[in-house]
Amino acid sequence: MNGPHDLGGQMGLGPVAPEADEPVFHAEWEKRALGLTLASGALGAWNIDESRHARENRHPVDYLSSSYYEIWTKGLERLLERHGFVSQRDLETGRAVDGAPQPKRVLRAADVPAVLARGGPCDRPVATPPRFKAGDRVLTRNFNPTGHTRLPRYARAKSGVVETVHEGFVFPDSNAHGDGENPQRVYTVVFTGKEIWGEDADPTLTVSIDAWESYLESA
Amino acid sequence: MAHDHEHEHDNEVDPMAARVRALETILTQKGLVDAAAIDAIVETYEHKVGPRNGARVVAKAWSDPAYADWLRQDATAAIGSLGFAGRQGEHMQAAFNTADTHNLVVCTLCSCYPWAVLGLPPVWYKAPPYRSRAVIDPRGVLAEFGLRLPAKTKIRVWDSTAELRYLVVPERPAGTEGWSEERLAGLVTRDSMIGTGVALMPEPA
Repeated sequence: MNGPHDLGGQMGLGPVAPEADEPVFHAEWEKRALGLTLASGALGAWNIDESRHARENRHPVDYLSSSYYEIWTKGLERLLERHGFVSQRDLETGRAVDGAPQPKRVLRAADVPAVLARGGPCDRPVATPPRFKAGDRVLTRNFNPTGHTRLPRYARAKSGVVETVHEGFVFPDSNAHGDGENPQRVYTVVFTGKEIWGEDADPTLTVSIDAWESYLESA
Repeated sequence: MAHDHEHEHDNEVDPMAARVRALETILTQKGLVDAAAIDAIVETYEHKVGPRNGARVVAKAWSDPAYADWLRQDATAAIGSLGFAGRQGEHMQAAFNTADTHNLVVCTLCSCYPWAVLGLPPVWYKAPPYRSRAVIDPRGVLAEFGLRLPAKTKIRVWDSTAELRYLVVPERPAGTEGWSEERLAGLVTRDSMIGTGVALMPEPA
């Protein structure tokens, strides 16, 4: 979707404002928000693509005025409601009023180190040979899907060069919506600054994205 | 917004703190979340997994050409050999700075970041100003970090749009010949591994 999260090239959002000696967390609730997000993900009811879409699919005013842990929390509430673990009545009262389905699993403290150490690899075998090879010139597609995609707007309908051919990865555009993993190969594609931003671009700039095969056409 | 009558007097409570507390209450009451598991997750990222991991990788790459080659060819395995793996480090790539090229990592679409080697991302990395400008005005962004690169230095920006996670390997500072890996690691800042900085210079003797 052409949502508020797709920020590459937007202007007027102010300076970066790095913080010296930044703490890992700025408030106690951020710690709980992180832990709740990971522990709820371990219930096994949704995947990382669905959770990304739950975060990005917000009104721009809300998205842009929320801190990232706020966005995570709002996205988590939405996922928990969608999958029946939490009801509107629960959220309104602040306690468990309604029941919940049996989850696939509940993350226990003793299992946390192993679960974090394992992570969630997203690479998958792909039977067909890669359509492109390193050095090929490719054109990114021009599309504007209403659902989840990982092709940023600034990199649509642009000509670039394949730098690296990677293995197959779960395709987020379908996986985010429960339509299957449908793995495709991923390619690192490099664009000149001029191709993306025009004549006034920094002449020393190149930008790369990692693109699933169906985002690309031969140029 | 959940309203907790026990805390009516507590007008100062942060609305997000109340919202997250309510969610934790609901989920623990339903047996869906174990509060001790949250503690263990927080403990991991507050004290165990952070940019010192990445600094060890960089220092080893500076010291050991065979390791640097491995890191170039198969970063996930090379990093895993030091014990750093797992969540948001499953598919690693290393981007080596050179005399000609400076690498900068961003995730314009969300907050993708190599947790296994750098820990949790700083606030600015996840915030709209960095995500919007890193791809169009990297020199302007770097200047805000106090980094001014020569005009002829090429800048390569890596937008983390898929599941590959990038670790920038900064250039080894001059004057560090013969240093141990441990001492070298002390020069490797978090920002130098994102690309918003370079490695520290050694203190004059």
